[in-house]
Amino acid sequence: MKKILTSLALLGVFAAGIGAVGSVAIAAEEAHNAAAPTHFPIHEPKEMDWSFAGPFGTYDKAQLQRGLKVYKEVCAACHSMNLVAFRTLEDLGYSEAQIKSLSAEYTIHDGPNDAGDMFDRPGKPSDHFPAPFANEEAAAASNGGAAPPDMSLLAKARGVERGFPRFVFDIFTQYAQGGPDYIHSLLTGYDETPPAGMVIPEGTHYNPYFVSGVSLKMPKPLSDGQVTYDDGSPQTVDQYSRDVSAFLMWAAEPHMEDRKKTGFRVLVFLLLFGALMYLTKRKVWEGVAH
Amino acid sequence: MSEGHSTYTPKTGIERWFDARMPLPRLVYDSFIAYPVPRNLNYAWTFGGILAIMLVAQILTGIVLAMHYTADTNLAFNSVEKIMRDVNSGWLLRYMHSNGASFFFVAVYIHIFRGLYYGSYKAPRELLWILGCIIYLLMMATGFMGYVLPWGQMSFWGATVITGFFSAIPLVGNWIQELLLGGFAVDNPTLNRFFALHYLLPFMIAGVVVLHVWALHVVGQSNPTGIEVKSKTDTVAFTPYATIKDAFGMIVFLFFFAYFVFYLPNFLGHPDNYTVANPLKTPAHIVPEWYFLPFYAILRAITFNIGPINSKLGGVLCMFGAIVMLFLVPWLDTSKVRSAVYRPWYKLFFWLFVADAILLGWLGSQPAEGSFVFMAQMATLFYFAFFLIILPVLGLIETPRRLPNSITEAVLEKNKGAGGGHPAGANAAPETKG
Repeated sequence: MKKILTSLALLGVFAAGIGAVGSVAIAAEEAHNAAAPTHFPIHEPKEMDWSFAGPFGTYDKAQLQRGLKVYKEVCAACHSMNLVAFRTLEDLGYSEAQIKSLSAEYTIHDGPNDAGDMFDRPGKPSDHFPAPFANEEAAAASNGGAAPPDMSLLAKARGVERGFPRFVFDIFTQYAQGGPDYIHSLLTGYDETPPAGMVIPEGTHYNPYFVSGVSLKMPKPLSDGQVTYDDGSPQTVDQYSRDVSAFLMWAAEPHMEDRKKTGFRVLVFLLLFGALMYLTKRKVWEGVAH
Repeated sequence: MSEGHSTYTPKTGIERWFDARMPLPRLVYDSFIAYPVPRNLNYAWTFGGILAIMLVAQILTGIVLAMHYTADTNLAFNSVEKIMRDVNSGWLLRYMHSNGASFFFVAVYIHIFRGLYYGSYKAPRELLWILGCIIYLLMMATGFMGYVLPWGQMSFWGATVITGFFSAIPLVGNWIQELLLGGFAVDNPTLNRFFALHYLLPFMIAGVVVLHVWALHVVGQSNPTGIEVKSKTDTVAFTPYATIKDAFGMIVFLFFFAYFVFYLPNFLGHPDNYTVANPLKTPAHIVPEWYFLPFYAILRAITFNIGPINSKLGGVLCMFGAIVMLFLVPWLDTSKVRSAVYRPWYKLFFWLFVADAILLGWLGSQPAEGSFVFMAQMATLFYFAFFLIILPVLGLIETPRRLPNSITEAVLEKNKGAGGGHPAGANAAPETKG
């Protein structure tokens, strides 16, 4: 056993050495020209404190409600959220009646009816958020050629590669917030000025946190005071970004709390079961040299 | 397993009735209760059992997922999300299944490396080893096709890249690729046939597992010393000794598995697969699942033409060759001694090979540019050198350490002063091997 451990340790050192050489080489390549970077994002996402991080993480309902408000009043103008049904907003702490009236604010295009006609009706809790554009082509046409991505899964569909050795540490720290960290950094990253000499393509906006280039088509979406909060939370871009990122994490992973709660029980069970099994194994093998 | 060695005596009337007509209870008794196993097996030997439960878990979760999944390019992505959001415990089933695939591969890699370290492939276990290699190949096909089913960006582009390998084969390549795809590009027919095959292959795996276990029960298990079982004192009965040890190993393994399922369910996946497949938008870096990365690195390491073989075909040949090496191991290794415990030089090269495989895996996840290409080429060179040069040559020139005369002697030597004695259950275990 000791030998295996020593070998594993040597292996780790060997791998770490190679990794270090590799990352130094990359860092050297990257540093040489700030105006024409070759690796994106230029800045890594800032790691924030999220209520839902860690083994006992839970969503902050007040934050999700604020995030929903930001989505409804700002993001929803361009971004759909096709996979999220109004009924699931109960997770955010809304009552059935509140959800009924919230969904009724939306107009749903439905049909055909008995006469064969399409018609508009107020939304029901079983409906999903209606998309802002009739189809993807319309969304692309109104947004400079590229349709804004659907937001239902955005918090799981985005994330900057962590690289070696950080991805190993992430196993122990349970870092799974790459998506919300990225979204928050991107939303708050518009105010930085590009380095002198950098060429920003026309119709795009510089953002050093953007994962696949120096700039993106989406203009800075949030500004201070744009959305009114009634719970006294600061009405700043930073707060809006945190709230909407948390909301998107919920939208992408609505059963996360249930998952972590179940997980804790499962691990405790396996730990106890494993301990008993180990003692049984010792008893059975007692007196049998092996 | 052969009837002549059976110690089963039916005790009840119903057992006698069955035994006279179809001796299933006898088979189970001889295979899982009285079956003699070497007394010195360590925890590396628990991975066979672990793999068996992972296969069962994958099949069970997979069947339920298939009840909710729709194999249609317009519906597949959303049907998976329906499972995640609306199906009762659907998120658990799907995370168990997707992480289960990864942990199936974790277990199979430990199982394979254990075989390499202790020389488990040597006569008379060549066929056992080859059946294992076939299972591994089937697992790779199953894993690859399963990754396509959610119809995310990586599903689509991974399928495009991997089926593209076949077009490199001269003359019949394009025909094979079109047959796999059901057309000229990855599309609805591809998804449909991949779903059908993804459902079929696990049962083929189960079939080969039966052969694998059958072959194992004919030749008996190898053990850390690599010395064959010689007498009754070398073995203990499968039950309770191996059963309880395997069970403990399984629970420890399930602990790690559960940790990922419940706390890091997307750690081993790629964020791009949460974006629906778009044939018009290529992701920045197309990477396969982690368990294919070493082979992917080998594929991309061949950046040069060799005579009439262009770099694409060369890469594909090297990638498949890397797997073929495993099939040939029983004949590439010339050593008379099985276990690395008694082979100091082999032990060193074995661990270098493990490091090389991990390095190749990491390189496979990096973009194929700059210094990574050279590193991948060197690592590929060592990979093949290990099989084609080190294994054959080392067996001829290495002086192994002194081997104990028997498993019992080795065990007693190790436990000197710790009170050796005879295994309590050995008297119940007849010896099947000479």
